[in-house]
Amino acid sequence: MNIAFTEEQEMLRTSARDFVEKECPARLVRQIEESEGGYSPELWRKMADLGWMGLVIPEEYGGVGGSFLDLLLLIEEMGRGCLPGPFLSTLVLGALPIMAAGTAEQKEEFLPKIAQGEMILALALTEPSARWDAASIAVGAVSEKEQYIINGTKLFIEYAHIADYLLCVARTKDAPTGRGEDGLSLFLVDARSPGLKCTPFKTIGSVPQCEVVFDNVVVPAKNMLGERDRGWPVVKDMLERGAIAKCAESIGGARQVVEMTVAYAKERVAYGRTIASFQTVQHMCVSMLSYADTARNITYEAAWRLSEGLPCAKQVASAKAWASEAYERITKMGAHLHGAIGFTRDHDLGLYYRRAKAATLAFGDPDHQREVVAREIGL
Amino acid sequence: MDFRFTPEQEAAREEYDAFFDEVMKEAPENWLGTLEDVYSTKEGNDFHRRVARMLGEKGWLTMVWPKEYGGQEATRVAQLIFLESMGEHGAPGYDTQGVGMLAPTLIRHASEEIKREFLPPIARGEVTVCQAWSEPNAGSDLAALTTRAVEDGDDFVLNGQKTWTSGAHFADFMYVIARTNPEELRHRGLSYFVLNMKETPGLTIRPVLSMDGHHLWDEVFFDDARIPKRNLVGEKNRGWYVVLSGMEHERSSLGGWVIECNQHLKKLVQFCQETNRGSEPLAKKPLVRHRLAQMAIEIEVGRSLQYRLAMLADQGALPMHEASAAKLYASELYTRFSETVMEILGLYGAVTHGSKWAPFLGTFEFLYQMAPGWELAAGSTEVQKNVIAQWGLEFPRPY
Ligand SMILES: Cc1cc2nc3c(=O)[nH]c(=O)nc-3n(C[C@H](O)[C@H](O)[C@H](O)COP(=O)(O)OP(=O)(O)OC[C@H]3O[C@@H](n4cnc5c(N)ncnc54)[C@H](O)[C@@H]3O)c2cc1C
Repeated sequence: MNIAFTEEQEMLRTSARDFVEKECPARLVRQIEESEGGYSPELWRKMADLGWMGLVIPEEYGGVGGSFLDLLLLIEEMGRGCLPGPFLSTLVLGALPIMAAGTAEQKEEFLPKIAQGEMILALALTEPSARWDAASIAVGAVSEKEQYIINGTKLFIEYAHIADYLLCVARTKDAPTGRGEDGLSLFLVDARSPGLKCTPFKTIGSVPQCEVVFDNVVVPAKNMLGERDRGWPVVKDMLERGAIAKCAESIGGARQVVEMTVAYAKERVAYGRTIASFQTVQHMCVSMLSYADTARNITYEAAWRLSEGLPCAKQVASAKAWASEAYERITKMGAHLHGAIGFTRDHDLGLYYRRAKAATLAFGDPDHQREVVAREIGL
Repeated sequence: MDFRFTPEQEAAREEYDAFFDEVMKEAPENWLGTLEDVYSTKEGNDFHRRVARMLGEKGWLTMVWPKEYGGQEATRVAQLIFLESMGEHGAPGYDTQGVGMLAPTLIRHASEEIKREFLPPIARGEVTVCQAWSEPNAGSDLAALTTRAVEDGDDFVLNGQKTWTSGAHFADFMYVIARTNPEELRHRGLSYFVLNMKETPGLTIRPVLSMDGHHLWDEVFFDDARIPKRNLVGEKNRGWYVVLSGMEHERSSLGGWVIECNQHLKKLVQFCQETNRGSEPLAKKPLVRHRLAQMAIEIEVGRSLQYRLAMLADQGALPMHEASAAKLYASELYTRFSETVMEILGLYGAVTHGSKWAPFLGTFEFLYQMAPGWELAAGSTEVQKNVIAQWGLEFPRPY
C-alpha cells in the first residue's frame, strides 16, 4: 500500500495551485459569477494552453494520456480557488465516456477538439423528477432511418447554454421495468440542433444550470454513444466519476476554508486575546480539520479503486455522502468563526459556503448515496 | 400549572388572526416574511411601515408598556400570543429594534424629556429604529468599542465607526453606545445615546450586503456627529448597564424565529403533499415525513420555551441566562430548519430567486445562507453559552 502521490503529480499540483492563485483570484471568480455564461473564455484558453483539457486524453488524440487521479488533483486545486467553468463537465462527463464507449470515428471527431480546448460538453441527464436513477429518465428517442428523434425535458443541466454538444441520456425502449436500467441510450447532440431550447437559470453554487427542451430534435444514428439500450453502465460509471470529481473539488475548497479560518482565528482579537485562544474555537477548528482530512482520504481511496476498475460503489457513495456533508459543515463552522463578516457578500467565505451546498446536490445528495450504501451492505 | 389560554386570550388570538389575514392580502408579491423583506427593498419597507401604523392604532405595539406612556400593562404572555399570530402570518409591522429593544430601555433608563420625544412615534408605528453597537473590532467583545463621544457645550460630539447596523438605511432613530471615558478601556467608560438620525449631522451610512446579496446591514460613520446632551440614556459612563438590560429584551424577543419556522413549516407540509417527485408525492416518502416531523418537534420545544420565558418575565425579573438559553435554542433551530428544507427540496432548493423553477420564490435558497448568521447576531452561540455557564451554572470565568 502507498498513499503518496508521485513526484510528477505533486508537480502538477503545485503548478495548478500557482495557476489558480495567479489567474483566478476571487475578484475574477465574482466577475464570472455575475456573467451570463458562467465561465471565462480567456481563462479557458489559458487552461487549454497548459494542456489541462488534454490531460486524460490519449496522445494519439492530441492529449497527454494522464490518469483519472491526475485529473482529480487538478479539480481539487480548482475547488480550492472556486475556479468556475465547464471543466468537470467537459472532461469527466464528456471526454471520459467518449474514451470508454466511443467509436473510433467519435473519438476522432471529439477528443482532439476537447484536448485543444475547442469543445465544451454538458451532460443532459436529470429531469424534473430531480433524481439520479435510471428509472426517472423519461426523455425518449425514437429511431427513424439513419437517425433518432428526441423529445422531452432535461433540467438542472450545468453549462448546457454554452456547450457545443450535449450528452443526452434518453429512453430508446418503452415502458421501463424494475430499476429502468434497460433501454437507455446516450446521444451526442449538437447544441445548435433545431428544436433544442436551452434556458439558463442561476443557482446557489453560481454555476448556471439549464432547462433543456428537446422538441423533435434529430440526431444522426452515428452520434449514439455506446450500444443502443445498454447505455446505463456508461452513465453509472460517469456518475461515479462525476461524484468523485465533485468530492475532489469539495475537498479543495474545504481545505482552503480550514486554512482561512485557522489563520483568521489566530488574528482576530476579542477580550484582549486571539479567538484562537478559546478552547471552543480550537475544538471547532479541529472538527473542521478532521472533516477535511477524512473526506480527502476516503475520496482518494474511492478514486483509486474506481481507476483500477475494482468494485467501488460503496466507497464512492460513502465518499460522496461524507465529503458533501463535511464541506457543508466546514463552511458553516468557518463562516461562524469569522463572525458577521463571514456572512457578507464581499467575503470569500460565502463563495465556498454556497458551492458546498451545490456540491452536496450534484450527482446524488447524501440521501441518494445512503440508499446506494444500504443496497451495497445487503439491505 | 395551567397551560390553557383564557377565553379572553383565545378571543384575542382570533381577532389577531382575522386582522392579519386581511392585512397580508396587501403584501408585496414576493413577500416571504423574513427580516430581509423589511430591510432590503423600499417596497417591503413601505409595507412594513403601513402595517406598523395599523398596529400602532390598535395599541398592539405597546401592550406591555406602562399605562403612563400609552401602554396597557398587559402580560408578556398576552404579547406573545399577539406575536405568534403575527409571525404565523409572516406579517411585518413590529419593529424589534424599536418596540422590542429601545422602548423598554428608554422606559427604564431615560429622562422624562427623552421618553416624551422618542416613545410616542414608536408607539404609533411611525418610525423604525436601528442599533449601532457593534464595531469592526468590537463584536462579541462589545466593551472593546472605540467610538468616542466628547462633551462640547450642550452636545456630545461622536467620532468613530459602527458596523452590522441592520436596517440603518431605512431607520429614523438610532441607539448608540460610545466611549465617554477614554481612560477606561472596557465597559466602565461607556455611555448610551439615542438619536434622531434625520436631525443628526455628521452621520454617513454605507450599505453592506449579506451573503445572499440582500441589503441587510450598513456601516455607520460618525464624523463630528452632534447630538444634544439630553439624549444620553442613563448615567454618563454607566451605559454598559443600560446595554445589558437591553440585551435581555433582545435575546428574549428573538424567539420570533421559532414562529417564523412554524409559518414556513405549514407551507412546506402543503408543498410536500402537492408535489410529486417521481411517482408519488414528497409527503409519502419516509425520509421527508421524518424530517418534517422532526422540525415540528423542535418548533414545539421552542414554542414551549418562549411561553416559559414570557411566564417567567411576568412573574418578575427574567434571569439573563434564561434569555440567553432561549436565544440560543431559537437561533440553532433556525439554522437546522434552513438545512432541513434544503434537504427536502433537493436540486430545486438551490435554484435562485427569479427562475420559475425556484420553489417558494427562492426563499429557502436565501434562508440557507443567512439563517446561521443569527447564531452570531445578538451575541453568538459561544457568548450565550458562556452566559449560561457563568450565570446559570455559576461556573468560574475561564479568563
Ligand atoms: C444577521 C446579523 C445582524 C446583526 N445586526 C446587528 C445590529 O443591528 N446592530 C449591531 O450593533 N450589531 C449587529 N450584528 C453584529 C453582531 O452583534 C456581531 O456579529 C456579534 O456580536 C459577533 O461579533 P463579530 O461578528 O465581530 O464576531 P467576533 O466577536 O469576532 O467573533 C468571531 C468568532 O469568535 C467566537 N468567539 C468570540 N468570543 C468568544 C469566546 N469568549 N469564547 C468562544 N468563542 C468566542 C464567536 O462566537 C465567533 O464565532 C449583527 C450580526 C448579524 C450576523
